[in-house]
Amino acid sequence: MSELIRVENVHKIYRMGDVEVPALRGVNVVIDRGEFVAIMGSSGSGKSTFMNILGCLDRPTSGRYFLEGEEVGALSHDEWAHIRNKRIGFVFQGFNLLSRTSALENVELPMMYYGFAGRQRHQRALEVLRLVGLGERVEHMPNQLSGGQQQRVAIARALVNRPSLILADEPTGNLDSATSAEIMRLFQRLNAEQEITIVLVTHELDIAQYALRRVVFRDGLIVSDDRSGPSPETTDAARGSRSLHSDEFTF
Amino acid sequence: MLFMTFRIALRALGRNKLRSFLTMLGIIIGVGAVIAMVAIGEGAKERIREQIASLGTNVLIVLPGATTQGGVRTGSGGVRTLVDEDRRAMMEELPSVAFASPLSRRTDQVVAGNLNWSTVVYGVSPEYQHIRDWGIAAGRFINDVDTEAAAKVALIGQTVAERLFGADDPIEAVIRIKHIPFRVVGVLARKGQSSQGVDQDDSVYIPYTTMQKRIEHDTRVRTIMVSTVSADRVKEAEEQITALLRQRHRLGDRPDDFTIRNLADIADAASSSARVMAILLGAVASISLLVGGIGIMNIMLVSVTERTREIGIRMAVGARSKDIMLQFLVEAVVMAGTGGSIGILLGIGSSEILKAWAQWPTLISPPVVAVAFLFSGAVGVFFGFYPAKKASTLDPIEALRYE
Repeated sequence: MSELIRVENVHKIYRMGDVEVPALRGVNVVIDRGEFVAIMGSSGSGKSTFMNILGCLDRPTSGRYFLEGEEVGALSHDEWAHIRNKRIGFVFQGFNLLSRTSALENVELPMMYYGFAGRQRHQRALEVLRLVGLGERVEHMPNQLSGGQQQRVAIARALVNRPSLILADEPTGNLDSATSAEIMRLFQRLNAEQEITIVLVTHELDIAQYALRRVVFRDGLIVSDDRSGPSPETTDAARGSRSLHSDEFTF
Repeated sequence: MLFMTFRIALRALGRNKLRSFLTMLGIIIGVGAVIAMVAIGEGAKERIREQIASLGTNVLIVLPGATTQGGVRTGSGGVRTLVDEDRRAMMEELPSVAFASPLSRRTDQVVAGNLNWSTVVYGVSPEYQHIRDWGIAAGRFINDVDTEAAAKVALIGQTVAERLFGADDPIEAVIRIKHIPFRVVGVLARKGQSSQGVDQDDSVYIPYTTMQKRIEHDTRVRTIMVSTVSADRVKEAEEQITALLRQRHRLGDRPDDFTIRNLADIADAASSSARVMAILLGAVASISLLVGGIGIMNIMLVSVTERTREIGIRMAVGARSKDIMLQFLVEAVVMAGTGGSIGILLGIGSSEILKAWAQWPTLISPPVVAVAFLFSGAVGVFFGFYPAKKASTLDPIEALRYE
């Protein structure tokens, strides 16, 4: 099916003592395979809560969340862990790599929890690291890599188990504008050439412009959903950069 | 999967080697101390067991005087109520008794030529050789002819022979005890040290009749050493001797005027006090193991807090609660197990050094080593459980937000 994500009337209420805080107040959205969506909104708008639910890290108070046709909102924690391992890849603002661990081992981490054997893990990790352009630095520790390189390692880790969905939370938040542009172009290429669905949270409009669709949250609801495609500047830059040839890798 | 977790745990421990080592120190010391203490205790027990074997588990000593008279211990020196006929009667009339010899001892200067040596002189009968199961190195033991005649003959131990005669043959030489000349008729085989640390070869044996007539001028008997037919008839012999002596001494309703001591009981008492000591020392060492375990729990709790972010990342990429729990448990067990292994090596090493350098007997017992190793693993599981549980129940969203 072409639908990857279906969210139906999802509410999320946080209870702090006697006070009830509604974070999501009836969100409805469908995201198809191969889409590149940017989620925007000020803090408190519910976008982070929404991402947590999409990423199977939190449970909706009411409403339903379907991932690849399967209702996942009500699954057990162990089943969620399996989905996070195999079907979703996370990219964080702070990179969240394991320190004193090489890039290669960082990328191998999801495969360890899936039970892959050593040599298989090794080969696959090298593959994705080459895909993101870090084939030469696989043994480096995070503190020996620049911010942009660390984020590439994180992206490689997110890709390693061939997920259907990448969730990125402010992936360029800790990067300068040049590096941010590089990372966003990488996302564009992955989306365009590998047909990976990407859902990205950002509060910067320039970054959101790289996406094909922009969804804006306010006060726990979606207030706008713009499918007008990426802005011209971003795609010009993307066309100018080297694209990933299919014979260099197999995704 | 377990092997993978093992590697992940080892790598995590390796990231901060100094901290891991310091945490292990409690276990290392605890296990090392337990192994060494038990080795010393076992060694002492074994030594005593050897001494019992050399002395004979079937030996009794009959002493004159009761252990208490009117609530006061009189000791065996003051009262002399045993006579030689008591001894002969024991051998003739009691089926459980094999041999009985009188035994009196005194410390004296023994002179040979221009050399003298202070040693212990014993008055015995020919039966003594069978009771003590003591072989002859040269010449012969005292015989009935000697005792009949109160002959001035003597048997010397290896140490006395070396001291007074060096490499020369002492047989037929003359030694003087209290200025009385004695002819050496035999040299005893080497016996070594007793369990009390006394050199048994530093002794001289003369007929008890000679001791009574010529040296002590007293015909009463100091003690009677008895050997039973077999070790399991010792209790029977005690009862029979008691009955016989009561009858011979015409005691009627009065309490015993003699005491019977069982050498095996004495040795057992010494052995059990050695065991109690070992258990006490072992308990103290176990406490240090416990403290080591608390140290592990402490450090693991700190570690879990420090690695909150890392746990969140692992959960985000697919680690389940039980994966995290297993990882930290394995870390704790690996730390405890490694500490235990080092401790075992340390314990074995120090007890070997003690054996070589201080001449203390030590015995490493393999079951104790195995138990110590398993116990340190158990300490790891027990004290690692709470931190591991804590780690596994972290909320990934909160953990990822942790600074």
